[in-house]
Amino acid sequence: AMDTDLSSQDRKDLDKFIKFFALKTVQVIVQARLGEKICTRSSSSPTGSDWFNLAIKDIPEVTHEAKKALAGQLPAVGRSMCVEISLKTSEGDSMELEIWCLEMNEKCDKEIKVSYTVYNRLSLLLKSLLAITRVTPAYRLSRKQGHEYVILYRIYFGEVQLSGLGEGFQTVRVGTVGTPVGTITLSCAYRINLAFMSTRQFERTPPIMGIIIDHFVDRPYPSSSPMHPCNYRAGEDNGAIYPSVEDSQEVCTTSFSTSPPSQCVFTVTKAHFQTPPPVVTDTLKVPVMGLAFSHQLSSSRLSYQPAALGVGSADMGYPVLFAGGLNAAHPHQLIGPGKEGGVPPIPSQPAHGTQADQERMCTPLDGVHYSAATPSSSEDTETVSNSSEGKCGSPHDLLETIFIRKVGAFVNKPINQVTMANLDIPFAMFAPKNVELEDNDPMVNPPDSPETESPLQGSLHSEGSSGSSTGNTHDDFVMIDFKPAFSKDDILPMDLGTFYREFQNPPQLSSLSIDIGAQSMAEDLDSLPEKLAVHEKNVKEFDAFVETLQ
Amino acid sequence: PCRTRYCTPSSITPTMNCRAEVLEVSVEGRQVEEAMLAVLHTVLLHRSTGKFHYKKEGTYSIGTVGTQDVDCDFIDFAYVRVSSEELDRALRKAVGEFKDALRNSGSDGMGQISLEFYQKKKSRWPFSDECIPWELWTIKVNVVNLANEQERQICREKVGEKLCEKIINIVEVMNRHEYLPKMPTQSEVDNVFDTSLKDVQPYLYKISYQITDSLGTSVTTTMRRLIKDTLAL
Repeated sequence: AMDTDLSSQDRKDLDKFIKFFALKTVQVIVQARLGEKICTRSSSSPTGSDWFNLAIKDIPEVTHEAKKALAGQLPAVGRSMCVEISLKTSEGDSMELEIWCLEMNEKCDKEIKVSYTVYNRLSLLLKSLLAITRVTPAYRLSRKQGHEYVILYRIYFGEVQLSGLGEGFQTVRVGTVGTPVGTITLSCAYRINLAFMSTRQFERTPPIMGIIIDHFVDRPYPSSSPMHPCNYRAGEDNGAIYPSVEDSQEVCTTSFSTSPPSQCVFTVTKAHFQTPPPVVTDTLKVPVMGLAFSHQLSSSRLSYQPAALGVGSADMGYPVLFAGGLNAAHPHQLIGPGKEGGVPPIPSQPAHGTQADQERMCTPLDGVHYSAATPSSSEDTETVSNSSEGKCGSPHDLLETIFIRKVGAFVNKPINQVTMANLDIPFAMFAPKNVELEDNDPMVNPPDSPETESPLQGSLHSEGSSGSSTGNTHDDFVMIDFKPAFSKDDILPMDLGTFYREFQNPPQLSSLSIDIGAQSMAEDLDSLPEKLAVHEKNVKEFDAFVETLQ
Repeated sequence: PCRTRYCTPSSITPTMNCRAEVLEVSVEGRQVEEAMLAVLHTVLLHRSTGKFHYKKEGTYSIGTVGTQDVDCDFIDFAYVRVSSEELDRALRKAVGEFKDALRNSGSDGMGQISLEFYQKKKSRWPFSDECIPWELWTIKVNVVNLANEQERQICREKVGEKLCEKIINIVEVMNRHEYLPKMPTQSEVDNVFDTSLKDVQPYLYKISYQITDSLGTSVTTTMRRLIKDTLAL
């Protein structure tokens, strides 16, 4: 009923615009998360395949996925097209970062000219999308992807699901375009806890690694389409699955008329490559070009360039690939997270309190060795598993975390690459000298010295890893080579150990020695009466003195 | 956020209202250029089309606009600009002059740079053509001096975040779909668009700047019209 006002040609055009707008929207979003700078050329001669007069490449797989999700439908009221951007770490934990929503609401603009104003406004909206995709927090993350994490995308159609973004997510509106059948709106909801993440944090060494809930487990909706990495690998990815060009590629030939403004000549033709289009204009060179162009995309993909494509390759703002460790056999799935050997259970009471609950280690994705992160949950001694279920730390912790490990004082699992010299921690003497041997780790196997509770108490008798003490008191003391905060050699130029040894055996007090004591006692007793007589004589003086003290 | 005022600039005979947007940024000296370019390019991205090719019967076709990512060196920020070296050069020239003027003025480092979109209205001789602005973007700049490297690092990030907000503000304004000049006929195209570039076609624009003196009054020490005063009478 509401589109009886719209001519059938206009309606067809509008549907086509919306369809291609949706496809281009997906391309812009995914390309903005590839991790590479995008560069396309301006062309003064219209090529016809450039919808909305913008040079936006079509990555074939992305188009394929988008079409699959849309399944021939168009965004309508209650049926939105969503592009979900998420992050997946080398251990297989993933987290949603953004949801881009292309929605349609019921507010119609009957007066608007479809093939002119709507088209141009859709073009403007795509430009806004190009700009906005660079200013949400996920952009910077995506530029740094590749080693410890990757960015994935997923397209779905239907109801918008924002629950995976955590609390307090923010939204930004990209724009709206009114049409006779409804108003198209494009917006992005993004996880807020990224907002304070700067790329600096990837170069520092934050020790925290929370567990990211594996949301595939929790996903409420049944039709969860698989995630895809934003950057593509070559290799097994066979171009046969995704035809690089469509059989009948729809091209857009736009001619606009200026006089009078209400009139518009607009042709959209289906071009078959063998058959020249019925309307011969000089703008329709495209089909051939389009084919060649897309073809070039797939072949460059298959050639698997490991090095980063430079900015200069203007046509190929193309994804690059990433370090080894990826499961090459299945390009859309990332690393099958591997567990290396066994992971010892965590002690149930990390000594540092709440902070330590979140302190774990993980090894960055270095291609070969993964150590799974341990869950920070109430099930203390649960051994790690890859798809970590378990309570997710607050998203704030999650991303603060990442990927670069730091050795905490109560490290449970020895790190291959950490040497003693790097350990700047208290109780350094307990850090295993030979990092391979867990048996030497005093936290796992405490040294047996039943008399002493801790090395810093008592008499500083200590065994360490070198064996038990001997009898000689001086030799019992083992030099501890760390620097306690309280010891400074300002007064005495010696360290704590030397100091202690020096003053460990002071001379006895003379009054306490028995012989001398006995002697003086006898003398004292004899002289007592004399002393008493003297004191009695001076009683008055004593009293006066006491008065002065009152 | 952007403050929108509908104003009639006093220097030109008003025949229509020109909407004005003002953005403010505080940056370190070495960030001025990149911050200005980011804002100006973002505006021009939205205000440029492909080249028009007029055909018979008053129809025209439109060329294709390419885009590219630009990373800033002194700010944790990236933006998208139109792929046109001519346009980039023109903006860099203007911004460079603005930056030099800021530095040399001896003021406290406050100034503003304006991007004005206008239409030309032809007048009969001996009157010169009128320039009627329809959109004016003003970026007020406050240059700060930082003491140490740590502050500079924080400034990199903060300015990056601020610029993200500015981009969102600009997009908001663009999305209002307010007045845009009517699409011109072939004879009128040069009154609406800058057709001198070979790959893209921005609306007619001019960039000017003012340096604020230390008293805070907007005394114009240098007021120049850069670029695209395409009038040649």
